[in-house]
Amino acid sequence: MSLEKLKFPAASAVLVLVMGAPLAASAAGDGIALEHAGNDVGNVASLQRGARNFVNYCMGCHSAKYVRFNRLAKDLQLSEDQVIDNLMFAAEKLHETMQVAMPPEDAARWFGRAPPDLTLMARARGTDYIYTFLKSFYLDDSRPTGVNNLVLAGASMPHVLWELQGLQRKTVEQDEAGHEHIRLEPVTEGSLTPEEYDQFVRDLVNFLDYTAEPMQLERQRLGFWVLLYLLVFGLFAYLLKAEIWKDVK
Amino acid sequence: MNAARADAVAPAGRFARFIAWVDARFPLTKLIREHATEYYAAKNFNVWYVFGVLAIVVLGIQLITGIWLTMSYKPAATDAFASVEYIMRDVNWGWLIRYMHSTGASAFFIVVYLHMFRGMMYGSYKPPRELLWIIGMLIYLALMAEAFFGYLLPWGQMSYWGAQVIVSLFGAIPAIGDSLVEWIRGDYFISDITLNRFFALHVVAVPLALVLLVVVHIMALHETGSLNPDGIEIKEHKGPDGIPLDGIPFHPYYTAKDLVAIVVFLVFFSLVVFFAPEMGGYFLEHANFEPANMLKTPEHIAPVWYFTPFYAILRAVPSKGLGALLMLLAIVALFLLPWLDRCKVKSIRYRGWIYKLALAAFAISFVALGYLGLQPATEKVFVYAARVFTAIYFAFFVFMPIYTRYEKTKPVPERVVYHAE
Amino acid sequence: MSAESGLSRRHFLTVATSVVGGAGVVFAAVPFVASFKPSARAQALGAPVEVDISKLDAGSMLRVKWRGQPVWVLRRTPAMIDNIDAMISELRDPDSDKSQQPPYCKNHFRSIKPEVLVVIGSCTHLGCAPIERFETAPPDLGPNWRGGFYCPCHGSRFDLAARVFKGVPAPTNLRIPPHRYVGDNLLLIGEDKGVSA
Repeated sequence: MSLEKLKFPAASAVLVLVMGAPLAASAAGDGIALEHAGNDVGNVASLQRGARNFVNYCMGCHSAKYVRFNRLAKDLQLSEDQVIDNLMFAAEKLHETMQVAMPPEDAARWFGRAPPDLTLMARARGTDYIYTFLKSFYLDDSRPTGVNNLVLAGASMPHVLWELQGLQRKTVEQDEAGHEHIRLEPVTEGSLTPEEYDQFVRDLVNFLDYTAEPMQLERQRLGFWVLLYLLVFGLFAYLLKAEIWKDVK
Repeated sequence: MNAARADAVAPAGRFARFIAWVDARFPLTKLIREHATEYYAAKNFNVWYVFGVLAIVVLGIQLITGIWLTMSYKPAATDAFASVEYIMRDVNWGWLIRYMHSTGASAFFIVVYLHMFRGMMYGSYKPPRELLWIIGMLIYLALMAEAFFGYLLPWGQMSYWGAQVIVSLFGAIPAIGDSLVEWIRGDYFISDITLNRFFALHVVAVPLALVLLVVVHIMALHETGSLNPDGIEIKEHKGPDGIPLDGIPFHPYYTAKDLVAIVVFLVFFSLVVFFAPEMGGYFLEHANFEPANMLKTPEHIAPVWYFTPFYAILRAVPSKGLGALLMLLAIVALFLLPWLDRCKVKSIRYRGWIYKLALAAFAISFVALGYLGLQPATEKVFVYAARVFTAIYFAFFVFMPIYTRYEKTKPVPERVVYHAE
Repeated sequence: MSAESGLSRRHFLTVATSVVGGAGVVFAAVPFVASFKPSARAQALGAPVEVDISKLDAGSMLRVKWRGQPVWVLRRTPAMIDNIDAMISELRDPDSDKSQQPPYCKNHFRSIKPEVLVVIGSCTHLGCAPIERFETAPPDLGPNWRGGFYCPCHGSRFDLAARVFKGVPAPTNLRIPPHRYVGDNLLLIGEDKGVSA
């Protein structure tokens, strides 16, 4: 086999390998292995719970300023009244976006920096990052908030969900080889069981996955039809090419 | 041929008369003949010969989606990031148009890199096609400029810091470096002013240059005629009618064949647009979903994948000035290819093992440098590896005049090799 | 295969590929054409506007902006209501057959309640803003004038139901936007869910 024949598949294989390989999880701070969020954007019930969790626990400080309530109602299969009654506190109108009541200057004064907008956080950091972050608060007296975080050391965010999860502390064990293993163990019990808390966070992460790219399911649905069309068109184009090229001897 | 011409002149119905009317005022039929129905290309093109037309398809996609994006995008530091999300969410079908554009950027480089590699395999740069190659290289430069300017526009963290790093490269130029950097930015940092001018360059100036260069590239190609995988000039064997014996008219033969290639390309393109628009963070980088923050550098900055081979060369050298110079030379070397290669034989099919080996080493080093450019700069192993591959990259060019002169070639056949399916 | 059947097969495939490809081009054009429609933000900005008319005196008018257009709300006096058809013989479209209004406003008052007129203050001729001229028989508008709107750009005239006069450039009556009452004195302009003709 000549070199040129080898090269095309070889080059494309290399390209696919290089580009298909997921980017190294550089966002994970301090080398903590991120837990798999395992959320499903197609699960509307989970999205509805996540939206409620977000509004009740996050939106006091964090906005989702690109998300419109009326779009949310449509995508999460909620009626307008359900959205008005359950998800809207500060906003006045359905077509408005998920803004936060707290002025950013105040927020910056209280927390050291303004809490970031969360619309795109799942795309910027990944769902696993947020999932692990929300599970990794531990007691640390040296912090003004009383807690620190394994994923984001020195996080200025307090453990807003502590009543649900309970408080944890960090333990460091050394194994025989001298490697350190960091564990979090519960200090107080939360109002949710660990399984319930995981699901609570998973729903929340699921909602953020949705807000980061609200059209993702629509995109895949449309993609199926586009590919189907291309296959049909490709068949005709191929038959036409073969027919015309019959002349070439 | 005379019969065909008589046909066109004879008044055969209203449409023919209209065409005759146009032809008397504009060379329509003449252009179609010269560039399609009577442009003869060798019949033995293989799959490598589709990337030129695919590049034109991608250019079309980029121009159309780009025009549409311009309608909703706001080139201001305060609004740019939000306007991209506005396109993604509020504008009808904006997400599709934006994903087509972002995927198109990477697709452009993929097809152009493969197109260039084709040229290197079959000697498409050799006389009399040196100018064709140079114009093609200018297109590649314009494409890099276009991608660079465009990448700042979403005004995300990667946009901002990528532009910061690349603009700073010009600071390596002795004496004028610092003032040059200021001149490019129009400010003392990458600011609203920089964004605004990059926008103008990205949507007006460079696309205009690109389109013109593509037209000139095709004109040059049709002057010399297309080469083929055997590297044989088909014009040297013409039949009594003046048509190359191994040539077939571009239309309908290659239009039909290219149509199949375009559909196959669109399948891959759609797979990315609809099922993996971020392409694992390579086509749309994760950090770019955070708005530009001039106080906080992302933990890991890498340019977009199509620039990383050159970025790796830059980082392989511990001196800023020398690194930037090598990076520049890595591109300049490609321009010189027609004069560095002394071998009379064009196609790799009939060249000696030494060129095959050299080209393979070059291709591997290019891909490897691309990979290394994506890795964090902290790992020593990666830096050493980048040095090795940089050396191979340059050795390919530096020693080319020597190893191609003494290359042992195989006899080139008189006529192209073609087996009907 | 004979040469002729080869030709017809080629002809068929050329036509079929062109048709399928043409359909693809049309499909591909849909998102680009559709993206010109008002975006979600434009729709949000063009959302219905609430107007409180409890403080609006009879004989006076207030202006609000809806979708970038001036909307007038006029509370007619009893005299205006009684004289609504005073100049009917001079009107071009007294029954609003050729004019734009929601079905529930296709009456001589061109309104839901006779006393409240809601109308888009943009002349149907070339889009100028007419001015209110509620006085009777002013020197410039002639002795027959019983109050209405006058467009300063090209002299179009409208009566107190915003109906156009004959012999002026404006072709139709002023447009009435969709609207409804959410309270006795609370108007919602731009939405008319549940209003019947």
